Amino acid sequence: MMRYVREAWLVIALCLLFGAALAGVQAALQPKVEANKLADTLGQIPALVPGAVSGVAETIGGLRTFRALDAERREVGRVLVASGQGFADRIELLVGVDAAGERITGLYIVDQKETPGLGDFITKEKWRAQFAGKPARVPLRVTKSGATRPEQVDGVTGATISSEAVVSIVNTALAQWRKEAPGL
Amino acid sequence: MSRSLPDPRERFLNGILPENPVYRQVLGMCPSLAVTNTMEGAITMAGAVLFVLVCSNVLISLIRGLLKPHLRILVFTLTIATFVTIADRLLAAYLYDMSKQLGPYIPLIIVNCVIIARIEVCGSKQGPLAAAADALGQSLGFGLGLAGIATVREILGFGTWFGRWLGWRVIPDTSPALWDEWVVMILPPGAFLTLGVLMGAINWIQAIRRQRARQAT
Repeated sequence: MMRYVREAWLVIALCLLFGAALAGVQAALQPKVEANKLADTLGQIPALVPGAVSGVAETIGGLRTFRALDAERREVGRVLVASGQGFADRIELLVGVDAAGERITGLYIVDQKETPGLGDFITKEKWRAQFAGKPARVPLRVTKSGATRPEQVDGVTGATISSEAVVSIVNTALAQWRKEAPGL
Repeated sequence: MSRSLPDPRERFLNGILPENPVYRQVLGMCPSLAVTNTMEGAITMAGAVLFVLVCSNVLISLIRGLLKPHLRILVFTLTIATFVTIADRLLAAYLYDMSKQLGPYIPLIIVNCVIIARIEVCGSKQGPLAAAADALGQSLGFGLGLAGIATVREILGFGTWFGRWLGWRVIPDTSPALWDEWVVMILPPGAFLTLGVLMGAINWIQAIRRQRARQAT
């Protein structure tokens, strides 16, 4: 035991030092990063919910959401903030839903570290566009043979985990919202 | 110790051209190919590498007397990973758009061979001054390498240089008849083509120089 400590004391000391330094950096910068993400989210609301021009934050039973408002401040839909494990790291995304809670109106990826050139297709407009118009009351499924049913989503071969992670995060968020939201 | 090793000045100058990381050592190819379709991406990447390389090289140089040979790679990786994480958080806080655009390529600096190679070659063997000079020179060389590729790709691909940042297009927006955007330069194949042509050009210049030097003697 003592022999290992004698050999590796520098590694142990550096681990503690670096760990403390990273905790300090995280504590100092996290509010700024969160503010950036919030600005990004608010900027995306008009693209996520048709007709919306602004958003008001509202937390429903632990689920972060934004009420999407039109120019007359009528509620035209809602944006859910959701996250979950992807292939490489946590994926953080926004789902837009219409006011009746019937249809998904849009999807946006706020943060991801999926494999470049493979799993990062989830951020691409072309792939995200298929979510608009999908049913919000039944769980979505990933398919690889071309979506034929409304709840099916085209996955990408070679990046199954990334496709399924996004769909599962969306499903979980919608299920939680249906459970918590009054009148749906 | 440093009597046979290059002094700080040589270390600095070597990194820029004679030992350029991109064109001469052919290291750090992943970012050289992946983030060079815009100048903004290339310069942000070069800046992050500069921060990580200077900090890690100097820190390792300061503790070089304590390193155990069989545990050194572990210490190097630990140090690099720490500074890369700090760089990643700093970008997310102060350059959010660039951080989103570069995505996982910033965390991937951990496995950039340029950094561990410089620590192994210089930081773990020479004093902090030489280590800092080496890191600056190599980062500058890396930045120039990336900027070279990005200049060709962005001008040919988008018709701009530094995009909207300078608010100025190299090829006017109003002349689509003269210039259609050359999409392949933006896409990955453009990176390989550009790198190959630039590396060929640099080798050619070097060959001519060597020939002249031989003729002169």
